[in-house]
Amino acid sequence: MDATSEHSNIKIQQIIDQLSDKPGALLPILHEVQHAFGYIPANAIEPIAKSLKQTAAEVHGVISFYRHFHTTKAGAHRVEVCRAEACQARGSRALEAHIKESLDIDYHQTTADRNITLDPVYCLGNCSCGPNIRVGDDIIGRVSNDKFDKVVNALSTSALEIK
Amino acid sequence: MTTTVYVPRDTTTLSLDGNQVASDISALANQQDKSIKLVRNGSRGMFWLEPLVEVETDKGRVAYGPVQPEDVESLFAADFTNASFDAHSTQQHALFLGLTEEIPYLKKQQRLSFAKAGVIDPTDLDDYIAHDGFKGLAKALQLEPQGIVDEVSASGLRGRGGAAFPTGIKWQTVLNCPPQQKYIVCNADEGDSGTFADRLLMEADPLALIEGMTIAGLAVGATQGYIYLRSEYPQAHIILNEAIARAYDRNFLGDAICGSSKTFHMEVRLGAGAYICGEETSLLESLEGKRGLVRAKPPLPAIEGLFGQPTIVNNVLSFGAVPHILADGGEVYASYGMGRSKGTLPFQIAGNVNRGGLVELAFGTTLSALLEEFAQGTANGRDMHSIQVGGPLGAYLTKDQWDTPLEYESFAAIGAVLGHGGIVVFDDTVDLAEQAQFSMEFCVEESCGKCTPCRIGSVRGTEVIGKIRSGENVDANLALLDDLCETMIDMSLCAMGGMTPFPVQSAMKAYQAQLGSQTQLSDQNPSVEGR
Ligand SMILES: Cc1cc2nc3c(=O)[nH]c(=O)nc-3n(C[C@H](O)[C@H](O)[C@H](O)COP(=O)(O)O)c2cc1C
Ligand code: SF4
Ligand code: FES
Repeated sequence: MDATSEHSNIKIQQIIDQLSDKPGALLPILHEVQHAFGYIPANAIEPIAKSLKQTAAEVHGVISFYRHFHTTKAGAHRVEVCRAEACQARGSRALEAHIKESLDIDYHQTTADRNITLDPVYCLGNCSCGPNIRVGDDIIGRVSNDKFDKVVNALSTSALEIK
Repeated sequence: MTTTVYVPRDTTTLSLDGNQVASDISALANQQDKSIKLVRNGSRGMFWLEPLVEVETDKGRVAYGPVQPEDVESLFAADFTNASFDAHSTQQHALFLGLTEEIPYLKKQQRLSFAKAGVIDPTDLDDYIAHDGFKGLAKALQLEPQGIVDEVSASGLRGRGGAAFPTGIKWQTVLNCPPQQKYIVCNADEGDSGTFADRLLMEADPLALIEGMTIAGLAVGATQGYIYLRSEYPQAHIILNEAIARAYDRNFLGDAICGSSKTFHMEVRLGAGAYICGEETSLLESLEGKRGLVRAKPPLPAIEGLFGQPTIVNNVLSFGAVPHILADGGEVYASYGMGRSKGTLPFQIAGNVNRGGLVELAFGTTLSALLEEFAQGTANGRDMHSIQVGGPLGAYLTKDQWDTPLEYESFAAIGAVLGHGGIVVFDDTVDLAEQAQFSMEFCVEESCGKCTPCRIGSVRGTEVIGKIRSGENVDANLALLDDLCETMIDMSLCAMGGMTPFPVQSAMKAYQAQLGSQTQLSDQNPSVEGR
């Protein structure tokens, strides 16, 4: 969904209205907003702060504390690479290097065609079958350089199909 | 006749094309007019065999694995949907593993908390009940709150999240608080690299967690529970929500549970990618909708926890042990283990191993025994060199330490921790100085920022190790690193800063041994209270 449209303000307000009565509602609201837009758009901050009787600065402070929350629009797919020890022991450092080189980006960056945003992650709980990556909500195990290239190829094709 | 076929739906299986295997099996069965019932169970925890496909036969379940989509046709060619055991044993498909329960990796374990994992359909209440589910709850409903707490105390259960604090004492503290709004919080943040036992339980037997938390609610008079689940576990999220909804439908959650006068509600809350939110006070801040800054203790969360109210915070595995403790009695649980480490621990064999997975055993076995009987070498055939036990804040152990009994006190005695039971194996190509530097970097990345020794110390530590690695003033920088580590140990508010020196100092020591250098790092054991 385009986060700047009139429609998006309605969606944001709907999410807030649904969740703001929960005790400790801020994280659930942020998760829902990010789920709807892929990131937390700037126009969501004021209404969230208002409904929870907090300042915009406080809401920003919470967002910035958590690695999972993003305030800028990502590429069509978010790819997270496990950087933690059990994956290191199975060759993830070499995989990381291959990924950065083949996509020609570093962590927290998006490919020029806006297809892939690359992020680090620390353990996906699949530590006997590393190296692991996460694409959207799918976790992929035993990722070799070849396997990674295939995954990326499939992502490029599906991105084209959508258009 | 309809044959039951099992293909797990846990994260590991899905990460290795398990969904494709399942849908290919359905499609081919359809095409060939074979009548099958496909059950998406949880994993048995033998991850090197996933996707592990099981078939119900007249002699019990038989297993095939690891099955890839391209194997499915040959499985059908071998008539693998036949419900007669003999048909399978005569065909001997290349992936045939015999009766599942006879596979040595599984047979050699002592499964109490994971007895149902991989056996049942994780969200099918009837299946759960047919395998002794809710027996602990039924018992708890007959007991006074004090009686429930006494049973947990008698079991000797110590928190499985890492700090190994006696669960009975924690529950007693919350019970002793006068009646008011109290909370049960499950720590499902499982941030430690090399650990996946919480995930496995939540994906394979989520009702056991729900039952354990409900029993905790009955024990202390709490009516609301939260599971704080890390956002890195999307599949566990789906399965937990499904299980909770079904438990509500059948009145195992909600008002008047099981026709009693008791109320217990439960909800999953997602974390957002912060390791520190596994620390219990940071977790509570996060649940309250704030930045996950660690709180100073006291007050203990048991007395002033979530929203300032008395709160039990326990790890998934601590709650997961409770149904068994109530059903069979605390004494039975306490008969496993050694010394003050009672019961079983699911060891998680990870990193560079041939056969990674979950191995539930009584405390007291050794790393050497686990590696020999279960891991069976490295994945790439190289020699094992060092093992990080207990997550990113746990020490690296070299061969001379692998015979230490796996139990809390013996590990503390060598300056190591068991933590949550994660075992990460590195081969002889490991660069231990690089690992030490990573531990410091991880602390930079994950520090909540509240206290200086952790926030600044880890930045300095990363730089200093960098200099040592590039050969700059090695001796002076080693001494500096030592000072830094001691400051972090002594002055940090929580174990993030206070225990990062465990892996750093142990790895640097092993690194120097590798180099044969004369310089010695201080041998002092970090004295911070376990996490
Ligand atoms: C940095 C840090 C991270 C922690 N991460 C976890 C975690 O992911 N899961 C967990 O159960 N406990 C974790 N703990 C331990 C908790 O603070 C707490 O001791 C535990 O949740 C209590 O439950 P238990 O008694 O059942 O173990 C962590 C502690 C620290 C200092
Ligand atoms: S030791 Fe680190 S993580 Fe713990 S309170 Fe201090 S700054 Fe926060
Ligand atoms: S360390 Fe990579 S999945 Fe656990």
